[in-house]
Amino acid sequence: MSEVIHADHHDDHAHGPAKGLLRWLYTTNHKDIGTLYLWFSFTMFLIGGVMALVIRTELFQPGLQFIEPEFFNQMTTNHGLIMVFGAIMPAFVGLANWLIPMQVGAPDMALPRMNNLSFWILPFAFSMMISTLFMEGGGPNFGWTFYAPLSTTYAPDSVTYFIFAVHLMGASSIMGSINIIATILNMRAPGMTLMKMPMFVWTWLITAYLLIAVMPVLAGAVTMMLFDIHFNTSFFNAAGGGDPVMFQHIFWFFGHPEVYIMILPAFGIVSHIIPTFARKQLFGYTSMVYAVASIAFLSFIVWAHHMFTVGMPLAGQLFFMYSTMLIAVPTGVKVFNWISTMWRGSMTFETPMLFAIAFVVLFTIGGLSGLMLAITPADYQYHDTYFVVAHFHYVLVPGALFSIIAAVYFWIPKWTGKMYDESLGKLHFWLSFIGVNVTFFPQHFSGLAGMPRRIPDYALQFADFNMISSIGAFIFGFSQVFFLYVLIKTIRSGAPAAGRSWEGAKGLEWTLPSPAPYHSFTYPPEVKNEEVHG
Amino acid sequence: MSSSTEVDNSTYYVPEQGWYPVFLAFGLMLLVTGLAGFLNDMKNGISGDWTQSIIGLVVVSFVLYSWFAKVIDENAAGMNNATLKKSYVWGMGWFIFSEVMFFAAFFGALFYVRSFVVPWLGGEGDKGVIGDYLWPAFESTWPVVANPNPEIFVNPGESMASPGVMNWGAYLPFYNTVILLTSSVTIHFAHDAIKSQARNKLIGWLAVTVILGIIFLILQVEEYIHAYSALGLTLDSGIYGSTFFILTGFHGFHVTMGTFIIFVQLIRAIKGHFSADDCFGFESASWYWHFVDVVWVGLFIFVYVV
Repeated sequence: MSEVIHADHHDDHAHGPAKGLLRWLYTTNHKDIGTLYLWFSFTMFLIGGVMALVIRTELFQPGLQFIEPEFFNQMTTNHGLIMVFGAIMPAFVGLANWLIPMQVGAPDMALPRMNNLSFWILPFAFSMMISTLFMEGGGPNFGWTFYAPLSTTYAPDSVTYFIFAVHLMGASSIMGSINIIATILNMRAPGMTLMKMPMFVWTWLITAYLLIAVMPVLAGAVTMMLFDIHFNTSFFNAAGGGDPVMFQHIFWFFGHPEVYIMILPAFGIVSHIIPTFARKQLFGYTSMVYAVASIAFLSFIVWAHHMFTVGMPLAGQLFFMYSTMLIAVPTGVKVFNWISTMWRGSMTFETPMLFAIAFVVLFTIGGLSGLMLAITPADYQYHDTYFVVAHFHYVLVPGALFSIIAAVYFWIPKWTGKMYDESLGKLHFWLSFIGVNVTFFPQHFSGLAGMPRRIPDYALQFADFNMISSIGAFIFGFSQVFFLYVLIKTIRSGAPAAGRSWEGAKGLEWTLPSPAPYHSFTYPPEVKNEEVHG
Repeated sequence: MSSSTEVDNSTYYVPEQGWYPVFLAFGLMLLVTGLAGFLNDMKNGISGDWTQSIIGLVVVSFVLYSWFAKVIDENAAGMNNATLKKSYVWGMGWFIFSEVMFFAAFFGALFYVRSFVVPWLGGEGDKGVIGDYLWPAFESTWPVVANPNPEIFVNPGESMASPGVMNWGAYLPFYNTVILLTSSVTIHFAHDAIKSQARNKLIGWLAVTVILGIIFLILQVEEYIHAYSALGLTLDSGIYGSTFFILTGFHGFHVTMGTFIIFVQLIRAIKGHFSADDCFGFESASWYWHFVDVVWVGLFIFVYVV
């Protein structure tokens, strides 16, 4: 029963979680829901990863060896969709669920039942999406960006299921974001002013605003697709006065903020881990907050840099080129601050720190290739080549994904009360680090030389780079299965962890015992100055 | 929590576990997969089967009913503290913002089509070359009553564009504007009635608002019938019909939802719910109604008049 209200007759049964499967189906607890999100995203990560390995297997050598081009298209499409909407985003929401109530000193999320709904929509939505692969005519085969008319006039019938799956995912994200905003703005402990909030909370607050602003636009885009397909409207058909290019504008108005949705919480995570293991305050907390806000604002006015070659007026190309380059300024501030935080710190290199440092270095590489792509005339050469593939995988894999892995190593003692095996963690890091670079670094070269993306076959000149890439992909893929082993081993037989699991860790969550109690704070905690800006 | 006595009742409230969310998600899945199957069947010339969508809708409605009833009961039992009430306010506010962005996508499409696509297709500007090459006969006008390729997208006979302010006396959308704006005022009177604890006034003004909503919807249906039968303006009559019906259609859907929500508040008012300082259900319904009203003003200006 509702714990608060029935204080008078709570008698013998302690209000822990219910037993068995129903605990997970009916839960309103932010930790249970966070756990569900994290395991769901890990499952999706493995499924999307298998698809990536199918792609890399086919591309191991030139020529068609294993799969049909049609199936190859379905693999690239679903790999992208599953990784973006099924792996990265739910993982961040899972971390938000686990961490935000603890970090702001709340007992739970603001709207716990809606929180459960946000999660449980996802398994249904993704079952729908993955089931399209087995439908007549195959699954979505038009790329994760689903440009019209490939996704309308020429799409397989299964696109209708895909459209509704996207609607459901959008609803889930919007409800999740509303919950996060309400929690952050309304549930903070007394004394936790906005400018004392931990960086992860700040970045998620801004990310939630981005989600609420752009997920409905995505819903509008797929709705127009639905109408073009089934009701013969002409939004994306020039014969009726519409324009397929308009689809790209609407998609990227969603899509560009979307890529920041996948990186801003990563900035927050790294801003916790680096100060902890450098044993210093985060350098430039205030500028970090303003940098994230600036990046979020700029994300709304740069979208057309994804479509420089589509035939835009020159004024549009210039505007989007310069606005895109502006993003380098707040991003540079952040990288500068992380490095300054490490400067003359008493650094140690535990697994989360290794992933965080790799994040700073490799994300910066991805950011710099993004600056190259921002230059309109140069983009005419890079567009739709493997250079683009290398660019966004550098920001998403050693960027977003490394930050998630770092967060798991960093906070798993808090979640489970057990410490992971440090040498296994380090092994996982080095395998991942080597794997990711061997996979994606050569793709810069094949892309600059002109290898197009989303094609199952290629010219002989690209053979060596592709072979290296495929080998790297398998190293990376299997090292994530190893990660699963490390996690299970930690949960089953890790050494007990202290409340403050890391020597330099700051923040309210570390004032709780490990594992954290089922409801984080029963009383609003006192926000001490030495715990803030962790 | 292991022991409730440790909890500060005035500050924190965490609801017990519940079956609503997972069943709602399940119902939604039934609803949309049923709908997708139905649409695909229709597209392929097979007569579709509604059964699964209907079952899904029933599940969704039942869960929503139970869920809302539970929340209302909890509030009536005094379980909702100030913090939770504030969370509801934040939640409703940002939900409405997300709805604004949903409409922004369609308004954006309308503006993009009018400002760029149609002129380019008509041969204007740098990008006019392609339009001239593909459909030399196409003239850039708005509303588009002659499509680039009338063989695929049959031209509408007429548009819904405003006949000029002087002729609004015989212009249905003008009356709809007046009706919706009036309903925003009447629901405000209902709010005043709650604040002054005048139950009969509250019930009266809510009823007037519901009736105005229903009249609006009847007139919209009338307009659609007119468009389809007399004007030849349909969903498949090119970009003007597409933007017209998707904008007014989703707005009409929201008015339907809003009217239903206010109707529920009317029932609750009759049952004696709401007090001057505890009427979130009513207030959120009224915010939603004002939002629907503002969207209509945007529609009237940009879809009908300009």
